[in-house]
Amino acid sequence: MKNYDKLIFELSRPGRKGYQLRRNEFGFDALDNIPAELRRKDSPELPEVSEGDVVRHYTNLSNKNFGVDTGFYPLGSCTMKYNPKINEELASMPEFAGLHPLQPVETAQGALEMYYNLQQALANIAGLAEFTLNPYAGAHGELTGLMVMRQYHISRGDTKRTKVIIPDTAHGTNPASAMVAGLEVVEVKSKPNGSIDVEDLKPLLDDTVAGIMMTNPNTTGMFEAEILEIAKLVHEAGGLLYYDGANLNPLLGKVRPGDMGFDIMHINLHKTFSTPHGGGGPGSGPVGVAAHLTDLLPNPRVRKMEDGTFTIDTDDRSLGNVSTFLGNFGVMMKAYAYILSLGCDNLKNVGPMATLNANYIKESLKDLYKLPIEGACKHEFVFDGLADKSTGVTTLNVAKRLLDFGFHAPTIYFPLLFHEAMMIEPTETESLETIDEFIDVMRKVAVEAAESPEILKAAPVTTEISHPDETGAAKNPILSYRSLKQQQS
Amino acid sequence: MSNRYIPHTPADIKHMLDRIGASSVDELYADVPEEVIFRGEYALPEGLSESELREFFNNLGARNRSLKIFGGQGSYDHYSPSVIRHLLGRSEFYTAYTPYQPEISQGTLQYIFEYQSMISELTGLEATNASMYDGATAAAEAAFMMVASARKRNAVIISATVPQRIHDVVRTYCKFHGVELREVGEKEGVTDLDALREMIKAGDVAGVILPQPNKYGIIENLEGVAEVIHAEKALLTLYCDPSTLAVLRSPAEWGADIACGDGQSLGMPMQFGGPYLGFMSTTKAQLRKMPGRVVGATTDAHGKRCYVLTLQAREQHIRREKATSNICSNQSLMALYATIYLALMGESGLREVNALSATGARYLYDRLIESGKFTDPFKKPFLKEFTLATDMDIDAVNKKLADNGIMGGVKTGENLISFAVTEQRTKEDIDNLVTLMLKED
Repeated sequence: MKNYDKLIFELSRPGRKGYQLRRNEFGFDALDNIPAELRRKDSPELPEVSEGDVVRHYTNLSNKNFGVDTGFYPLGSCTMKYNPKINEELASMPEFAGLHPLQPVETAQGALEMYYNLQQALANIAGLAEFTLNPYAGAHGELTGLMVMRQYHISRGDTKRTKVIIPDTAHGTNPASAMVAGLEVVEVKSKPNGSIDVEDLKPLLDDTVAGIMMTNPNTTGMFEAEILEIAKLVHEAGGLLYYDGANLNPLLGKVRPGDMGFDIMHINLHKTFSTPHGGGGPGSGPVGVAAHLTDLLPNPRVRKMEDGTFTIDTDDRSLGNVSTFLGNFGVMMKAYAYILSLGCDNLKNVGPMATLNANYIKESLKDLYKLPIEGACKHEFVFDGLADKSTGVTTLNVAKRLLDFGFHAPTIYFPLLFHEAMMIEPTETESLETIDEFIDVMRKVAVEAAESPEILKAAPVTTEISHPDETGAAKNPILSYRSLKQQQS
Repeated sequence: MSNRYIPHTPADIKHMLDRIGASSVDELYADVPEEVIFRGEYALPEGLSESELREFFNNLGARNRSLKIFGGQGSYDHYSPSVIRHLLGRSEFYTAYTPYQPEISQGTLQYIFEYQSMISELTGLEATNASMYDGATAAAEAAFMMVASARKRNAVIISATVPQRIHDVVRTYCKFHGVELREVGEKEGVTDLDALREMIKAGDVAGVILPQPNKYGIIENLEGVAEVIHAEKALLTLYCDPSTLAVLRSPAEWGADIACGDGQSLGMPMQFGGPYLGFMSTTKAQLRKMPGRVVGATTDAHGKRCYVLTLQAREQHIRREKATSNICSNQSLMALYATIYLALMGESGLREVNALSATGARYLYDRLIESGKFTDPFKKPFLKEFTLATDMDIDAVNKKLADNGIMGGVKTGENLISFAVTEQRTKEDIDNLVTLMLKED
């Protein structure tokens, strides 16, 4: 199967079909009534293939992929935990999958109850007052949360607060979301240990600051121990605190963002609450807020009535709508199933076990890889490349070599604080044996780097492809089969 | 301690703590201020077994009612071939992350390339991104893209006939981003093109968003509109339903610079509103202003054809606050959904879906008009969705229908009701709907 390299278009034969529809029983064809000037002239060239062709083609494609079910995925900041199979089944139950988003609320009480209860569960886990589940992804949650922040100041007539403070270690989405929300980014420096420099923060806190956006633990995996001081300073200056929930996993069972003084946060259900990443989505990015901000959450809202039934309504004080309907409902079902599966007794072990795994790997490798920040990390940590810099072997080389050993690469060259950053996050669902195997391979790679660096520079050699020409791809973009054919002819 | 998803035994934990040199897991949190350590219990029941979990969701599901759907307004009950669910269930697809390591992600990268190719075929525009969250956010991103492309112009015109829910999201995004959104009104159920011709001359208009079909289900005749917009150096975005593009004049044929919309109509489950898929295509000229991920074809060191994420210099993880958008994830698995659907249906299947849906819709339309209780305020061409005026109490009628297992039309105005009919509705279903609606209580 390794050599399968066809595109679905290349299987196409004129007249072949992969569908059969019911007969037209109406005795006429309404398309005949559509005026010619409204119809298309050029036919779209879609594949003409049989059902069997389709199944075999995409099964072959799936074999060219690596997923959490294939192997260990120590991808920092991505929280690649096991995706329970039962949750996939539950989300596709026809009783939920067949619901139209606008069907009468009386006929969707089960769905609304699930949505409402998940809101409540997340609020409890986060230590905040209320959640909306409408945002579709982490970055969409960030944007929605920052809209809440701006709306809060605007609703108080405080329109000059247009700046948001973001640490230089922040995820790239943070400043980008701020830009989309119409906020100006002010960067606050980190200290050599990666945490926010409070002295650098103080002079930035004037009356034009809408708030601060940070994650804790930060992207170096270290807990911001001065968080209470930071919260006090920002609040005293009239700003709000936004918590980027990308790093929430280590806090489960240990710390609630609301208790640290955060006013607004998003949660990546596809990270902390185990819903599959789907090769890049769909995710879900619920946004939670403290009590004084609940009116501002986006429309539509799901509410519980006094008689115990559930309804969908809108609030005039809301910042507006950020989604067509109620968000990625199917993803929410999986997250709720996960929360119920773990329950109060197991959910509290998630953070500690993820943290234990990260520290175990860090301590097992820090003699061979450069550890820039000492001390207990949380769910992830950063190496600044190999300890021995004399070999010329880079973080990229190490990452690619790991692929040969059947592991996904860590997140590399992020955070920007360290030149050769290699960010490793094992989650709580990995066993000791898997982690030990990863440690062994990382040690082997470090030895290879010293003894035969050329192996690393050639890596990967066992994968489907090796060293794709990315520069050529960007210089001469071929983004469709049609343009590929044109290039070839 | 050990749970079916959390494998460590007490012996494992002890071994690991010994290696770390810590006496307890709590010690790893010693840097966390005591005041913020959570000492309570989560307000949740204890963990459920798999069978209890299934029972729980069965009970919840029993409180939903499966209805025969005659509503649309952004979510359509098209048929989803069984094959799609099976292929999407391959965990090599759904448990993968974003394809940042192309060597072990050729499956994802290739289906995205195929997806881009198919959407570009439908829209007629050369470049399609790897997908966005939904149609509404794609339209909002299109508004920003037009502004970014125009540089100093900061106004976007949106038609009053763009579906309400899409309009609402575009308005929210524009309000915060600082884009001035102006609405061009409607005349006889379609965009008031005379008004648009005036508004476009303001000098600060970066682009225009028009729908196809529009919120009433009407296919608007946009002959000559792109030329008027382009003459003022502004861009045209068409918000369209991809399913209809097998039949309707394509965005490229209308002269659009950007096409976007929601992919749900490509057989995706309605799923109470999501996950769906936002799509966006554009011309080669605007490619580098387009938000979102893009996959390109290239070759590897051995000359083998392969696929990579490309043009990443536009994206947030490289450009941070200078990026074209903050979008990070896409709806990759839903893009695979659309790809497999389009592969199965092909051009002829998609055309047949439109024919059956539009014919069912026309049949329902004729029966309702014949009844004398409904009138068509617009009398314009439509496909699967149409809007009628009525003096009937729409809420009461819809309640009666729901009691009989039917979702009726969506109330879209004081006396306006919008119906959608897909290829799944039989003549008998429609006759039954009409009989129930007209029955005196």
